[in-house]
Amino acid sequence: MSVVANRPRPYVRSMRGWWRRDPFFMRYMLREATAVGVLIYAIVLTVGVVRLAQGEAAWNGWLAALRSPWSVLLHLALLLAMMFHALTWFEIMPKTLPALLIGGRRVAAATITRGGWTATLVASGALFALAWWWGS
Amino acid sequence: MAEQRTVEIQVLRYHPQHDEQPAWQSYKIPFSDDTSVLQGLLYIKDEIDGTLSFRWSCRMAICGSCGMMINGKPQLSCHTFLRDLLPGPVRIEALAHFPVERDLIVSAGGFVGKLESIKPYLLPREPRALAAGEYLQTPEELERYEQFSACINCMLCYAACPEFGLNADFVGPGVLALLHRYNADSRDGGRAERMPVLNAEEGVWTCMAVGYCSEVCPKRVDPAHAVNQNKATSAADYFLRFLGPKRGPL
Repeated sequence: MSVVANRPRPYVRSMRGWWRRDPFFMRYMLREATAVGVLIYAIVLTVGVVRLAQGEAAWNGWLAALRSPWSVLLHLALLLAMMFHALTWFEIMPKTLPALLIGGRRVAAATITRGGWTATLVASGALFALAWWWGS
Repeated sequence: MAEQRTVEIQVLRYHPQHDEQPAWQSYKIPFSDDTSVLQGLLYIKDEIDGTLSFRWSCRMAICGSCGMMINGKPQLSCHTFLRDLLPGPVRIEALAHFPVERDLIVSAGGFVGKLESIKPYLLPREPRALAAGEYLQTPEELERYEQFSACINCMLCYAACPEFGLNADFVGPGVLALLHRYNADSRDGGRAERMPVLNAEEGVWTCMAVGYCSEVCPKRVDPAHAVNQNKATSAADYFLRFLGPKRGPL
């Protein structure tokens, strides 16, 4: 073996493709990618507000566009993305909260996650009920 | 007598004075149900190839020296058993995201420098005479920091953190968890001295909440919890200075 250098040179490994190295990282990237879904949905809603301001014909056109098969497909995909987003959001919620102590003991992370899901289900149920009542 | 079982271990080797880049080398070693990966490496060093270099000390998951990537996961090699990695080959390389000094040995200097910067020791709230006796703490006050005090500085969380891999200046999960351990201690008064490290761009704000650090921690410290709850602390520290009496420089 030939001597390349006299001084030790620590070898720095490349980070290229780091997110493909572990399933955990791939799931993380998928979670972050759902933010694009939030953006798309925000754009769809903003367009709706603009069309509403432009008058009845424009508004009805927007409503018709929402009923097209492509739009329904898009909204199904967005719904799936948002459900995954919510799942990971409640998973990480216990990590972002300060330590909750009740009766001198820490509240378990799983309990906090379940609390988040309960609040979501209650709020979603209330929203559906309201929409149902409004529409009937 | 039963036939001796063997398994192949592949090690990513690097010699700083001979090699341009690391290369895999394969060894076949005998093992039994209670052979740890560390014991496998010790067998290679003792019986096959004395030039193989790695750090180790206690063999019982408390010294934090023998962390390495085992089949791509950051793990303590004394705490991982070959029986769980069959049929092999078992691939071992130095902890990810750190520069490799030689074979399985990484440069820990950056980590130690960060550790020093957070003053990882109690800075008493006020001078206290020995005659005043010990500090008293309620079980609840202990509960607030105890989990974070279990860190053994093994750096597995750094090898699990892509943010650290992409930016070596990131203070990182382990050191930030220890920072929180002291800030959360009712006996400590050093918070103002540690906040600049926490508030900095390379402090908690570089964390993108991947959360793998907490998964790989052998002591269940949950560094992701320590780091992410301090994003709120850091934001409060920033905004509260506009209220209340003027404080000295943090």
